[in-house]
Amino acid sequence: MKTVEEIKAAIEAAVPGAAVEIVPNPSPCGQHSLRLEPDHAVAVATFLRDELLFDYLSNATGVDWPDKEVTERVKVTRAVTKTVDGVESTADETVEETRKRVQPGCLEAVYHLYSVALKQGPLTIRMRTVNRTDQVELPSLTPVWRSAEFQEREIFDLFGIVFTGHPDLRRLLMWDGFKDHPMRRDYVEPDDFEYEPTAHDEVLARAQAHKDREQGVGNRE
Amino acid sequence: MAVADNKTEKRQGWNRPPVMEPDGEGELLEVAMGPHHPSTHGVFRMDVALDGERVIRLKPVFGYLHRNHEKLAEGMSYLGSMPFTDRLDYICPLTNNWAYALAVEKLTGQEVPERAEYLRVILGELTRFQNHASSIGFLIQEMGASGTPLMYAFRERERILDLFEALTGARMMVNYMRFGGCRVDASATWLDAARKVVAGLPGFADEMDRLLSTNEILMARTQGVGILRPELAVNAGVTGPMLRASGVNYDIRKVDGYGIYNRFNFRVPLGDHWDVYDRYMIRLLEMRESIKILEQALKDIPPGPVMDPKAKLRGFRPKPGEAYGRIEAPKGELGFYLISDGGPNPYRYRIRPPSLINLTVLEDMALGENVADVVLIFGSVDIVLGEVDR
Repeated sequence: MKTVEEIKAAIEAAVPGAAVEIVPNPSPCGQHSLRLEPDHAVAVATFLRDELLFDYLSNATGVDWPDKEVTERVKVTRAVTKTVDGVESTADETVEETRKRVQPGCLEAVYHLYSVALKQGPLTIRMRTVNRTDQVELPSLTPVWRSAEFQEREIFDLFGIVFTGHPDLRRLLMWDGFKDHPMRRDYVEPDDFEYEPTAHDEVLARAQAHKDREQGVGNRE
Repeated sequence: MAVADNKTEKRQGWNRPPVMEPDGEGELLEVAMGPHHPSTHGVFRMDVALDGERVIRLKPVFGYLHRNHEKLAEGMSYLGSMPFTDRLDYICPLTNNWAYALAVEKLTGQEVPERAEYLRVILGELTRFQNHASSIGFLIQEMGASGTPLMYAFRERERILDLFEALTGARMMVNYMRFGGCRVDASATWLDAARKVVAGLPGFADEMDRLLSTNEILMARTQGVGILRPELAVNAGVTGPMLRASGVNYDIRKVDGYGIYNRFNFRVPLGDHWDVYDRYMIRLLEMRESIKILEQALKDIPPGPVMDPKAKLRGFRPKPGEAYGRIEAPKGELGFYLISDGGPNPYRYRIRPPSLINLTVLEDMALGENVADVVLIFGSVDIVLGEVDR
């Protein structure tokens, strides 16, 4: 089978404007993957299916990468004014500072491709959304590989990625009236504590707290 | 957030089911078959639109058995979800164990001792045999032949489940395989008992063959019904006996040669009519190939340990990375996709369920057929709802 570098070169030669990034996988199985840019994904997928004969999409799934707070230590040089024995002096000093910054999160769709014709595989391709809240659209690969039909519906259901161009995008496993996406890492299970009128303070407080929350259960919007 | 309405959506493309228009004069009848219907295997529902007897639209509805196994597994240790894999496809728990163990072994690069590989093959092929036997039984049951073939299949399945119980302690919820081997070793007595059971299996396959293969009613009901074109089957990700019944030579035991499958001599039967009868026949032929593998494995099984001595069960933390491992389960390609972030539980744990993805083409196969045949076509897919809904 071709290496991911060769496949990347072939894609970039065939689909003008497609930027493909190799995502290394440190695991011993060495299944490195290619990150596609959503704009050219359908063209690249069609090329992979028709020219490189990856005619079988085995697995499609989502991964949630929430916003991550990264703590890093940076060396900063700044002028410090000191007073020693009544004499003021200014000198540059290098101090280490701890800074926190938020790495923006995203949702990711991962596809595993095989070739039935050449008996090769797997090739992993992945796409990322812009963020996790309002820009969660990705192009659907169902027109290229039909086996993505139910799996993309499942990703839409459990992760909340909206696949544009999917012929029948509805929830697959949860019921239609359900609001949240259970496979997201910040999903909070509905509070199913049953209200029972009772005189005990602790239970009463819990019941009251539940009553207050009741309207917001499973509803993030 | 635009969600397509399936009623107004215009279906296009060669890999989409055609839009069928009613041609009769009567009214269109919409039937919800399931979730409590005598013909469905579990809590599965299909919303069927009928024009007279003819099916013109079919929508499967899932989720009645959904328990979000993937989310549960992400909250517990790697080993902790091994017993839960038994509950996916509860007819064949051992292959589920195997697929999960294989994916974790790919993630960590662990080795499996020789004897454990042989035990895995023996148990996997026994599982395949009993799955195919009972799935033929269910298919005939749904055709209306109540009892006899299914009871014959279950009589044989019981013998195999007795073997599982003797080795693992449980008939179905086995929790047997581990990352880097198997939980307990098989005794010489167990291997003798297995040889005795395997010696009886060809007689059972012959019996089913004589009883069913040339049965006039079976042939009339199944031949030419539920045709699945090979190019659509590949594009729709159909795997297992269904794919091979459509004439596509793709068996992961041969392609990947995972475990030690490339040491065994067996053939891959293929269908050339692509219909329900072929799917029945492929399962029967695969049962005979399983017997061949079992005989070879039981003859060659070497002595030795069944666990990698370096394997770590407690404090198991794979290095960061990801892996996709797959096996040829009796129902198709069962895959596990794991992402590790270096912690004690998987960051992402995904099951690729063959039963769910094989159902993608249910509508394509059923359109234009009679409503009575939909039950047969559905039965020929061979699904287990524990795996479809997870």
